[in-house]
Amino acid sequence: MNKSADASNYVSYLDYKGKHTGIWAWLLSTDHKRIGLMYLMGIIVFFTAGMTLGALLKTEMLTAGRTIMDPQTYNAVFTLHGIIMIFLVIIPGIPAAFGNFFLPIMIGAKDVSFPRLNLLSFWLYIIGGVLALSSLFLQGGPIDVGWSFYVPYAIRTNSNVSLALFAAFILGFSSILTGLNFVTTVHRLRAPGMTFFKMPLFIWALYSTAWIQVIATPVVGITIVLVILERMFGIGIFDPALGGDPILFQHLFWIYSHPAVYIMILPAMGVVSEIIPTFTKREIFGYKAIAYSSLSIAFIGYFVWAHHMFTSGMSDIARAVFSLFTFLVAIPSGVKVFNWVATMYKGSIDAKVPFLFVAMFIVLFSIGGLTGLVLGNLATDIHVHGTYFVVAHFHYVMFGGTVMILFAALHYWFPKMFGKMYNEKIAKFALVFIFIGFNTMYFTMFILGYQGMPRRYWDYLPEFHNLQFISAIGAFIMVTGFLILIFNLLHGLLKGPKAEQNPWGGVTLEWTVPSPPTIENFDEIPVIEHGPYHIYKEGQIK
Amino acid sequence: MSSNAELELTQNEMQEVEASHHEHTEHVHRDDFASKMGMWLFLLTELLLFGGLFILYMAYRFQYSHDFHIAAKELNVGVGTLNTIILLTSSLSMALSIIALQKGKKNLSINLLWSTVGLAGFFMVNKFFEWSAKFAHGLYPGSAHLLEKEKGEIIFYGMYFTMTGLHGLHVLIGMALILVVIYRIKSGTINADKYIVMENSGLYWHLVDLIWIFLFPLFYLIH
Amino acid sequence: MSAHSENEHVIGYMPYITIWLTLIGLTILTVSISLFDFGTLTIIVAMIIAIIKSIFVINIFMHIKYDSKVFLGFIIAALVILLVCLVFTATDVFFR
Repeated sequence: MNKSADASNYVSYLDYKGKHTGIWAWLLSTDHKRIGLMYLMGIIVFFTAGMTLGALLKTEMLTAGRTIMDPQTYNAVFTLHGIIMIFLVIIPGIPAAFGNFFLPIMIGAKDVSFPRLNLLSFWLYIIGGVLALSSLFLQGGPIDVGWSFYVPYAIRTNSNVSLALFAAFILGFSSILTGLNFVTTVHRLRAPGMTFFKMPLFIWALYSTAWIQVIATPVVGITIVLVILERMFGIGIFDPALGGDPILFQHLFWIYSHPAVYIMILPAMGVVSEIIPTFTKREIFGYKAIAYSSLSIAFIGYFVWAHHMFTSGMSDIARAVFSLFTFLVAIPSGVKVFNWVATMYKGSIDAKVPFLFVAMFIVLFSIGGLTGLVLGNLATDIHVHGTYFVVAHFHYVMFGGTVMILFAALHYWFPKMFGKMYNEKIAKFALVFIFIGFNTMYFTMFILGYQGMPRRYWDYLPEFHNLQFISAIGAFIMVTGFLILIFNLLHGLLKGPKAEQNPWGGVTLEWTVPSPPTIENFDEIPVIEHGPYHIYKEGQIK
Repeated sequence: MSSNAELELTQNEMQEVEASHHEHTEHVHRDDFASKMGMWLFLLTELLLFGGLFILYMAYRFQYSHDFHIAAKELNVGVGTLNTIILLTSSLSMALSIIALQKGKKNLSINLLWSTVGLAGFFMVNKFFEWSAKFAHGLYPGSAHLLEKEKGEIIFYGMYFTMTGLHGLHVLIGMALILVVIYRIKSGTINADKYIVMENSGLYWHLVDLIWIFLFPLFYLIH
Repeated sequence: MSAHSENEHVIGYMPYITIWLTLIGLTILTVSISLFDFGTLTIIVAMIIAIIKSIFVINIFMHIKYDSKVFLGFIIAALVILLVCLVFTATDVFFR
């Protein structure tokens, strides 16, 4: 099939021997594929930790009052669940793991522009993760402020807030370096003939994401520094007792953290735009519209941050302006969803595991998106602000959106990354568990929130008991599904059959190199003549 | 020393030859343009880092404009102006040193860099005396004297120490970078054909200057 | 595309010295203006002078005038976003 795959000198990146040996051959490797794989492992480990904490939260909510932990522990557990899932799983998630692995291959390059910076970025990620977790065990006690670190409580509490903030600062640095690297790589290392509008849509998504990482992250960096300074020296900037304005903290925090939700979701949308053409054997509908919608989501993302603050006490004009702009984001998001569905129309759909995850994503993300309209609307937001409705909403978009696509990407590129195949039947089985568990757990939370159950409360009124119980059961079903999924992949990795070079009939460049790829990716840098999905139009692949 | 320079030259020649055979050398191929692009992106992150502080400054200056006026009277416009001129001049010597190196005048280039470092040190010494004077008057975050004042004045000094402090930190980092550049020019790893590290350090230094151009009127000139 | 040739633009010492003198002049100007009280105009004038100064620094000292236009695009993108953040924060703090 491919000359290099048969050639006797074929050595995959997994077997490649560099100047370091043993574990150092990985930890000191500047190869983008090894770094991507290390990120992936880190993300899965942190996800498992975060999911365990989430399951503990749900176990606590099985009954009113104390079930397994006291209120202070509950505060610490939901804070750590948030910090791990946001900063260590879904922000680096797709870009750092799959972006690192596939961005250079998909644009026909041998590596990213700054391989050593890439390794540094990974190390900062690990250091930040370890610091965040160690704040649990060090003196001062686990942080209890929620992942958003709102002042003035974050200034007043005696828990280890400074350490956790420092960890977040380091993780921000890691994110900035990845973004900087990707922007430069896309500008400099595209294969000959690959213009911007001949790039795969995943690359467009990563490029837009990288820009948000570069431009937005420093704002939260300075916010974090200010809170640490406030705790150390009492500079007064965020301390209302000294004349500071806590609402300004919220502004600065969300100036980053709102664009950050697009750091989380844009790469996922990019993966969807890859998987759908592959499994429907159709050229993507509206290539340019999808590419531009990635950029415009990244841009409009800066206009909407204060919709997280409708009840904070900011001015009415600001509330109206931010509510209006919030609805604008629906336009590029809608463009994407309609184009995906239009691509499937009359396609020969092959419902393999990655495609099923994508279908699940479209359902869950649409529910999340539509309930987002309730929250973006000023009048209705007042009623459900700070309730389980919000919690359900962002789990539908972040978990149902980003993490489901993380799983989709894992199943889509698994054969390419490891050269092995997993058991598709068991994967589908796991997927059904996850889908049922997910909706049982979070849809009931929409109802609970609508009925007035506040988020982050350790206790609840008796009338919420039934729904809380159902929701917790859903969580356990979902955890079961996740465990099946992971064991299936591990089994595939160790005992699975050898994967072909192109098991799905994909057309982007990563499917033209052997599985797993060699250390240099390409024996000969390809020359690009057509757009990435052009080949389906010609009907060359049936 | 000379053998070192020779080695550099051969490497450069090799790279130029290999650039035409593109495919096998891409991963070792030197891409100065990419380095500069990476540096610019990094500078933009610095810009937004200070940008967050400028947003806060705008909000508090609007809220406490009267207190800001009163508090700013304590700052010495003369020292501020002197420091502005020092930084502008250090930017000039940085820019000139790159041209000197491009023209092959290695010693002139190194001397200009030393004067940049010297001016930066001068700036920091002034800053040190300025801060010491404030501390001596009991004007520092958390001091009993400051806490008696109006809230707007507390915020003014909070912003002043944070912004000039963060800027001062950048001056120190810039000085360290320039010292590395001096060392590398001497050892020959930065030379008339290969000076992207020097250019990038220069960009960083100009950014430090650029931030000060805004800090100066915002804190010193609001009487 | 060889990256090296894009960096080859060597300009003389003089343009830098001229710009430096201009910058010093503008500094003296902004200090002198601050001696008079124009009320709220004071900060606007000071910011306009600071912006002019920074345009000189970016264009000449930082070489943007001679470099690839991509960098100029990057800077403008970042500045537009910073401006958006300032203006949108102002809709809150100025009208509270």
